[in-house]
Amino acid sequence: MKKSIAAAGLLALSGAARAAYQWDLPTPITRVAAEIDDLHVKMMWIILVIFVGVFGVMFYSIYAHRKSIGHKAEHFHENTTVEIFWTVIPLLVLIFMAWPATKTVLHIRDTTSPDITIKATGYQWKWGYDYLRGEGEGISFLSALSTPQDQITGKEKKGEHYLLEVDNPLVVPVAKKIRILTTANDVIHSWMVPAFGVKQDAIPGFVRDTWFRAEKEGTYRGQCAELCGKDHGFMPIVVEVVSAEKYAAWVADQKKKSAAAADDPTKKWNLAELKARGEKVYAANCVACHQASGQGVKGAFPALDGSPLIKEPKGRHIEIVLNGRPKTAMAAFGKQLSDTDIAAVITFERNSWSNKTGEVIQPSEIKAARK
Amino acid sequence: MSAVIDHGHAHDHEHHPSGIMRWITTTNHKDIGTLYLWFSFTMFLVGGILALGIRAELFQPGLQFWHPEFFNQLTSMHGLIMVFGAIMPAFVGFANWQVPMMIGAPDMAFARMNNWSFWLLPVAATLLVVSFFVPGGAVAAGWTIYAPLSTQMGPGMDLGIFALHIMGASSIMGSINIITTILNMRAPGMTLMKMPLFVWTWLITAYLLIAVMPVLAGAVTMVLTDRHFGTSFFNAAGGGDPVMFQHIFWFFGHPEVYIMILPGFGIISQVIPAFARKPLFGYSSMVYATASIAILSFIVWAHHMFTVGMPTAGVLFFMYATVLIAVPTGVKVFNWLATMWRGSMTFETPMLFAVGFIFVFTMGGFTGLILAIMPIDIQLQDTYYVVAHFHYVLVAGSLFSLFAGFYFWVPKWTGRMYDETLGKWHFWLSMIFFNITFFPMHFLGLAGMPRRIPDYALQFAGFNEIASIGAFGFGLSQLLFLWIILKVTVLGRGEKAGAKPWEGADTLEWTHLASPAPYHSFHEQPVVK
Repeated sequence: MKKSIAAAGLLALSGAARAAYQWDLPTPITRVAAEIDDLHVKMMWIILVIFVGVFGVMFYSIYAHRKSIGHKAEHFHENTTVEIFWTVIPLLVLIFMAWPATKTVLHIRDTTSPDITIKATGYQWKWGYDYLRGEGEGISFLSALSTPQDQITGKEKKGEHYLLEVDNPLVVPVAKKIRILTTANDVIHSWMVPAFGVKQDAIPGFVRDTWFRAEKEGTYRGQCAELCGKDHGFMPIVVEVVSAEKYAAWVADQKKKSAAAADDPTKKWNLAELKARGEKVYAANCVACHQASGQGVKGAFPALDGSPLIKEPKGRHIEIVLNGRPKTAMAAFGKQLSDTDIAAVITFERNSWSNKTGEVIQPSEIKAARK
Repeated sequence: MSAVIDHGHAHDHEHHPSGIMRWITTTNHKDIGTLYLWFSFTMFLVGGILALGIRAELFQPGLQFWHPEFFNQLTSMHGLIMVFGAIMPAFVGFANWQVPMMIGAPDMAFARMNNWSFWLLPVAATLLVVSFFVPGGAVAAGWTIYAPLSTQMGPGMDLGIFALHIMGASSIMGSINIITTILNMRAPGMTLMKMPLFVWTWLITAYLLIAVMPVLAGAVTMVLTDRHFGTSFFNAAGGGDPVMFQHIFWFFGHPEVYIMILPGFGIISQVIPAFARKPLFGYSSMVYATASIAILSFIVWAHHMFTVGMPTAGVLFFMYATVLIAVPTGVKVFNWLATMWRGSMTFETPMLFAVGFIFVFTMGGFTGLILAIMPIDIQLQDTYYVVAHFHYVLVAGSLFSLFAGFYFWVPKWTGRMYDETLGKWHFWLSMIFFNITFFPMHFLGLAGMPRRIPDYALQFAGFNEIASIGAFGFGLSQLLFLWIILKVTVLGRGEKAGAKPWEGADTLEWTHLASPAPYHSFHEQPVVK
């Protein structure tokens, strides 16, 4: 009994240790990733041989041609044959390396005839996904970090997928060619999933593409790979690869949900309803800078609690949330959030902490302000 | 004989102001070299402190010390300060001290411009450091200041841009000076193909600088006008293209990488023959290899951009061009080994750093080859693998070559030997802690940890911990170096060095000048056979 506990403990420990020291490319899930893995291993073997050869010679020379053991210097200093030899041989080795690499490049670049096309849009600091073509066409959602702030600041124990978990993962069917179009809303981001061998920059105002065909079901994780400002480290990518049936069920579910979630644009909301919804929107979008306390961060991000903005008419507040503030970290949320969400979060901000304006902002006002 | 004569002359001519005015008004290449070296060492310590700020935060997962925004300032300013404040000025310092002495010239060609190109640097450095205290803080868009992230930043970005402009102007003036000096002021008999290799590498580097510093100035000026004057060079909404910034930046940036390593190759090519007591093997092929690397550096820039989505033909071209660089670089390494082969080697500190340089720099070369292969680069671009790679070539490459050069020439500069025991300690500590810091970063990159993040997932925890410990060890080892420098320079301790303390050294500064080298050397040009 005791033994088995100890064994289990050891196992858990070594498991944890292994997890903390991941040191190689992740297990490839696509053919492209497998080819890349292969190339890497081949290159490393060639490099190892060169390494041993070159430094074998160097360390032998260091050992044998020392003054302290009485070695006398010879005076040769030129040999054209040798020079040509060690120019041409590396050249041949390089051609030998470049050939398989070229084949993989062509494979990577072949984004033709996909089964499903999805647009991934980088925002500061989350991802937006729009299913453009194929099964699931029309589905659209945002995908943001779901790790609680308390885990990041160390007030809470860090979970297994710390910083690599999102509220709404990208869901795709197994064994289908998925083409990802990347673009961005503000600055350059980069969409990376190492297990797929995919990394593609997302450039504002331009559309680029990449693709993958996952060969195994599972959950695969990556991160934004291009510095995009403050929360660059906090916008992960999670892709769930599921069976064709599960995918069909997920698509049906999403369609139902989006029909149900579509807010009646004429509905009149009351203060309590908006505040409750606004708190969630605030937690997902605003809390990283303005903080849960509404105090912001001194010198970097302004406080909302008791802010002069609250005393101004609400129109100014709406305008800032919709359009952002140029040259600051304040993003334009107009493109990311629905009218109802923006109305809710502004209502929440104007009626929380010590702010007590009692104002209720209706979605229709946001709609009007967008024009 | 001539050394004695020179020494006599020197006393007659030392009528320069004393105290602080000596340094502000100096037009003497040795004084200016010293200024450059002290300036770069100071910036090296500042940049090092920023690096330790980065490694402290990354010691454990979670946010411990800094806000993410300040972390980004640390990484960006560490890069800018180390590249433009530490490494580049240090090599210019070496050029100032050594180029005139090695070609038998009395001073640099444009002595007053030389003064001016140095005194621009502290101004630029002040702008950079002050930018930490302006609203919004210092540059936080990485040292590469990619648009449009850089158009978002606060006034710290403007200060950074002005600093880059000023440092660029300084580099261009320095380069004009070096080129003119080398082409016009060589001693009779010293043909181009008889110049010491350090002089050759600097000549080529100076041309690279003149070619690309204006390109950088153009790029950052476009960012500036995008920020303040309503242009849209890098803004798609106004008809611009964010990727164009990267093309322009790396057209500067890749030659810049060789600007930071070619003079290092030069130093190593002086040190290895001196301590192997054997002439440099394949002198002319070394010159041609250096020139080939410089030329190739203009046609490989987009390998920094394999993930932006270039046309396939573009990707293939830049991949092939990039792997080609391995050929001349390999030739250099083979020539150094052939120089050591059947020599009669001793291992004083300069030689230790030179051999250490070959060993670790070559590893950086290997990872460069891996990164050049576009499919593998797809996995490694913007991960810690890249961080590991460029620290292997910039720290173990450029910095170690600077260390080698310092220990090699400091007897000539001060007339005293540095502390050999401490020097050896400095080498071993630097070498070991360097590898503890940066080797694990290869693993982090392969495992997929992105660069420039203040916090990371748990599977990256182990190697980050090791890297942080190594970084603090490396940082502390450099305080030992500070002590070694102070001891041999300011305190003037250490045994007296003869005119030629290294048995195998054979360039003009060793054979024709006393140690310390007289304030004014080579009034009469030596004749080279």
